[in-house]
Amino acid sequence: MAVNVVEDWLNACSGCEISILNIGDPLVDLLPQLNFVHITALVDHKFLGQLGEGTTMDVPDAVVGIVSGGVRTEEQKHELQEIRKKAKFLISLGSCACFGGVPAQANMWKNEEVFEKVFRQSPSTEPSPNPEDPNVPKWTPTCAAVDEVVKVDISIPGCPPHPDWIAEAITGLLQGKTSWSLPERSVCDTCPVIREKKSGGGPVKRWLQNYEFKPEEGLDKFRCINEQGYLCMGPVTLAGCAGKTGQPRCIVARTPCRGCFGPIRKGAQPLVDMMNALTSVGLDPKSILDRRAIMNRYIGGHGNLKVLPVRPSK
Amino acid sequence: MSKVINIQPVTRIEGHSKVAITLDDAGNVVDTKVHVQNLRGFEKFCEGRPVEEMPRTVCHICGICPWAHHLASSKATDGCFGVTPPPTAVKLRRLMQNIAYVSDKILHFYFLAAPDFVIGPDADYSVRNVVGILQAAPDIAKKVVHMRHLGAQMLEGFAGRAIHPTFSVPGGVSRPLPEAERQKMLPSAKELLEFAKFSIKFAKENVFPKYMETIKSLGVIKVGYLGTVRDDGALEFYDGKLRMMKPDGSLEDFTYDQYLDNIGEWVAPWSYQKFPYAKKWGKLNLSLENPVGVYRTNCLARINVADKMATPLAQAELEEFRAAFGRPAHYTLLYHYARLIELLQAAETAVELLNDPEITGTNVRVPVTAKAGRGVGCVEAPRGTLIHDYECDNDGLITKVNLIVGTTHNNAAINLSVNQAAKESIKAGKYDQGILNRVEMAIRSYDP
Repeated sequence: MAVNVVEDWLNACSGCEISILNIGDPLVDLLPQLNFVHITALVDHKFLGQLGEGTTMDVPDAVVGIVSGGVRTEEQKHELQEIRKKAKFLISLGSCACFGGVPAQANMWKNEEVFEKVFRQSPSTEPSPNPEDPNVPKWTPTCAAVDEVVKVDISIPGCPPHPDWIAEAITGLLQGKTSWSLPERSVCDTCPVIREKKSGGGPVKRWLQNYEFKPEEGLDKFRCINEQGYLCMGPVTLAGCAGKTGQPRCIVARTPCRGCFGPIRKGAQPLVDMMNALTSVGLDPKSILDRRAIMNRYIGGHGNLKVLPVRPSK
Repeated sequence: MSKVINIQPVTRIEGHSKVAITLDDAGNVVDTKVHVQNLRGFEKFCEGRPVEEMPRTVCHICGICPWAHHLASSKATDGCFGVTPPPTAVKLRRLMQNIAYVSDKILHFYFLAAPDFVIGPDADYSVRNVVGILQAAPDIAKKVVHMRHLGAQMLEGFAGRAIHPTFSVPGGVSRPLPEAERQKMLPSAKELLEFAKFSIKFAKENVFPKYMETIKSLGVIKVGYLGTVRDDGALEFYDGKLRMMKPDGSLEDFTYDQYLDNIGEWVAPWSYQKFPYAKKWGKLNLSLENPVGVYRTNCLARINVADKMATPLAQAELEEFRAAFGRPAHYTLLYHYARLIELLQAAETAVELLNDPEITGTNVRVPVTAKAGRGVGCVEAPRGTLIHDYECDNDGLITKVNLIVGTTHNNAAINLSVNQAAKESIKAGKYDQGILNRVEMAIRSYDP
């Protein structure tokens, strides 16, 4: 029998939902096992009733709740709390839900500074007061991960999560496996490139030219990006972006990892660990411009990115 | 007593919005508003980031059209550093964009829009969706799932990621296309082209004729259009000049860096989404009877502003379309038809590029040097013109970002279409879930 599922995106881009659809052919067998009592992306269930006459948000009962996106508005916070009340198991889908994600970089500024920029400092925009209306939900103090607001049962990280893991975690849950997680390995542990534990030394180079490689050769002939003297966050990032059978996604493109699956284990400090990893191959990590934002790009919730006191100008 | 109908959330679209329809004492529509309820603030939090990190950061604006943002951003970063990517790099960017377009259009037509037409606009919501489609037309649905997956595999196999790509960089792209990879992609591209041909034929035979009355009445407004064309006037997704068409069909072309002379944005107190308008046409007026400054983007707009399509099969379809609906074609639901004509062009272009001998060239990136500059990068995303305007300092760190993106251009038009659809369908207090769904169908045409 199909299991009731409620799914919604909060402060998200819809990439996680597209990743669900990218499960591919197995999706055809999986979909009928899921009875979506709410999924904004695909089904017309309404929180305020099908005739739009409700006054409070009515989230249906479900066995599984799936939420993508972090929490950015008071209304999203309320919706998340309602979903938690109604769903037996709650899944955080994707790095925005798990860690705050890319939009949590806004946590480096006061909310008012962001609004000032968007509504009064844009060259194409008529400078205007912030939108203020009962139908325009207020921002929460920060852009938060889902588990900063409610208890989460299963976290599926990734930006986006690989379809293999979405299918595995959901199929497992349907079979009664109420926990799921990726093994605590780094992207480097799954990366086939050549490593010699040394680099040319000196400052970390900026990604202003392509890396050295022969176009027809595979990744097994490609020298590690850190060892070529550039920043790749593979050493401090949870493995999984390759799915069950692939190779690390960004490395396939001959581009560096930026940490989209989040830290290898809870409580790890990717910034500190990454500085050590670069030092260990002889590079000077202090030379990296904007390292706080780069190394916390996907994990700005949980207080990892916050407003810093203004530094005196040089 | 007057009352408000709140459609929340608007479904089978991306993003967070709510429609509020206000009825007077007699139960007739006096006001409608589409409230966009989320804001992320990319323009602010990109400040301070290294320019070369931008294309892989701002793609996160949209998980359905990340390739479009990725490429508009790449072009803006080319501009900041003052470089022109090698011809092969441009071809590879276009190849990826066109493959991504195919997946995007298949998704919207079959999974988001088709339930209204195949299952029916008034059907119960529990079956009016993709699962309903799986039951009603299992063979087609399976094929759609397969085709979308095929497109994703083509992008991933070569460029690593289908969603939130990293492949395009200031000065070009990150890797050349190996011949072996090209040979793997070509048959897949041909398969996508066959499916594109099937899709438009299917729609012309089974969908559009059945709903002609609805097409002629639902959400209809008469406003202007914005899109991108090549120098010869052909419809183009990656690069060209911007073209605005007035509601009467007259045209004005401009370059990317002239966008500020042509587009302004109004802020409504009741929506996080701004309202871009055509600055030269006068002050924005959202009245249904006499709209001023309102223009649309996305496929119908592109089809209207272009003199022709860029590929032969798509051109034949455009000629048939124009013979039936003229130029400009104003019926809102024709977005669905225009989407399939573009699907054909995207698939044809992908095959064409994979057959281009230059596509496997190895010169794919001009090395860049950090320096102060400004770049305005535009591409056509499936949902409309993307404008990414960046400035950076001597260290190549971003100092200013301005973004006007896809659906935002359509904000005013969507509000007008909703207003028209609600007034047309809700009278004397009579409405049901099917009627409210018809109001949403007007929104879904824009694929927001």
